[in-house]
Amino acid sequence: MRNGSLLTVQDLRTHFFTGEGVVRAVDGVTLSVRPGETLGLVGESGCGKTVTALSILRLVPDPPGRIVGGTICFDGRDLLRLPEEEMRSIRGCAISMIFQEPMTSLNPVFTVGEQVAEGIRHHQKVSRREAWDRAVEVLRRVKIPDPARRAYEYPHQLSGGLRQRVMIAMALALGPRLLIADEPTTALDVTIQAQIIELLTGLQEEMQMAVILITHDLGVIAETADRVVVMYAGRVVEEASAEQLFETPLHPYTQGLLESLPKLEAGKRHRRLTAIPGLIPNLLDLPTGCKFAPRCPKVVGDCWPTEPDLREVRPGHWARCILA
Amino acid sequence: MSEGARRGTGRSVRGFFSGKWQWSLGIVLGSLILLFSGVMALLSTLLAPYDPTRIPEGLQGFSLLPPRGDHWFGTDLLGRDLLSRVLYGARISLLIGIVVELVVTPIGVIIGLFAGYFGGRMDSVLMRTTDAVMAFPALVLAIALTAVLEQPGLLSVIIVLTAVRWTTVARLVRGQVLSLREAEHIAAIVALGAGKGRIIFRHLLPNCLALILVAMTFGVASNILSEAGLGFLGLGVQPPMVSWGSLLAEGAVYLTVKPWLCVFPGLAITCTVLGFHVLGDGLRDVLDPRLRS
Repeated sequence: MRNGSLLTVQDLRTHFFTGEGVVRAVDGVTLSVRPGETLGLVGESGCGKTVTALSILRLVPDPPGRIVGGTICFDGRDLLRLPEEEMRSIRGCAISMIFQEPMTSLNPVFTVGEQVAEGIRHHQKVSRREAWDRAVEVLRRVKIPDPARRAYEYPHQLSGGLRQRVMIAMALALGPRLLIADEPTTALDVTIQAQIIELLTGLQEEMQMAVILITHDLGVIAETADRVVVMYAGRVVEEASAEQLFETPLHPYTQGLLESLPKLEAGKRHRRLTAIPGLIPNLLDLPTGCKFAPRCPKVVGDCWPTEPDLREVRPGHWARCILA
Repeated sequence: MSEGARRGTGRSVRGFFSGKWQWSLGIVLGSLILLFSGVMALLSTLLAPYDPTRIPEGLQGFSLLPPRGDHWFGTDLLGRDLLSRVLYGARISLLIGIVVELVVTPIGVIIGLFAGYFGGRMDSVLMRTTDAVMAFPALVLAIALTAVLEQPGLLSVIIVLTAVRWTTVARLVRGQVLSLREAEHIAAIVALGAGKGRIIFRHLLPNCLALILVAMTFGVASNILSEAGLGFLGLGVQPPMVSWGSLLAEGAVYLTVKPWLCVFPGLAITCTVLGFHVLGDGLRDVLDPRLRS
């Protein structure tokens, strides 16, 4: 176990019990987040990023999903053993989460001020007036222009970028120590994306808060993350500092992800983008060996019989590949 | 700022009604019709030209008079003034329509919220009960209940209607909650630590309010119609109490020869029901917060 971690997820297994069989959406994920650090969680749709996040907050829809194994240690406490009551007081207070869809993530019948204030009042015993004033203050912190007036507006009166700021305000109102941001910029325009990312990193520094940033956008990761965990088919396939990962990706899947990014380099002819061939495998019917083998350009015979372990190839740089 | 702040921080449900409404033609028209009906009902004792139960001396000369100067709506078999009876009937009909709706709505809303939110077995039990009540002919139930209560009357009408009319609201609210439950803003609030009670009453319920309010206006209308139906069968309020339904029942015998006995109570029912419907439609358009400026 790594020391000084705020959050340690050990061998997490979250399975979904469907009519067609057991879907092992998260199968043995181990990761940790240090206080104040940004951990990037990367992978294609369906690789288990979001389920990992929901598992940390114990919000996996049950049925059909269930956390069947592992431990999630937050600040010295195993979240999986806490009674639901205590878990609720952690959500939104010590650990917050924001979602991808700012357009629909706010309640349409309340003003944004009421929504932020309601969350504050839910966790802390403060007067209605004080909660409102604090809500306006938080809206100011997320750089919503003229927050005292904007607080009276309904979500439909705000743009997507402003709504995402309100979501962030709701999540940060109580000063959480960990923020899980699930694709926070995916639904936004590129220019707005940059603003939101800048806002998040600014607030993170200001509030000394750790962030798990879930995204499939490696560009966002490169800008913000300290460390990166790459997931594939419910497993961690590579973990490294952002620098190491972008410089020398060890797992062929990570290499494929990086090659599928457009690069703008002066003087060089633009090469064609290379896509990773094939599709993410059916989680009901995974290959026995390396789960990436069917799509891997470097596949060798040894990849098939048994799944390789995640091993530390270089200090702080882990990969789940026999070739690494 | 301070007054505005007080308004904004008020209870969420009140906040829902704050802000400017766009007045629609429906709301104005419906309200006017209902205001008229309501004023007529409330002031019936003052406005009615005669005592609605007074049987004039020299009955022969006053029985079944067609509408004329001193009896605008004509008279019934016992020579009683029909205008007065329609005005007094308004009190009872509106009272039944509104009281039943006020009793029924909270019941239906709670059942709908719980069935929709908890789903599973809770949903099955509650909704099959609802289906059973809906499938059971209301009139048969009315007859049975009246038999149990021995004497038909105002209370029995209210009880009978209450027993059957909560189903509509329950179904509507459940449907709305089923779709809302999956909404992202509910997931977001759960992720920020909301418990069941807060989700149901502070997030799902306010999102259903517009629907509930609209359903209530339509509900009052259909309660009035149901009361008329019961009254027509003689299961409604009993003389000397008058309701529009009982007036219809009395007039039905003479429908072909003295049609005004049914036409005037019928018009009163039609206008009031129409008023509620027009108002309901207007509210539906306006209560969508996206339309509020």
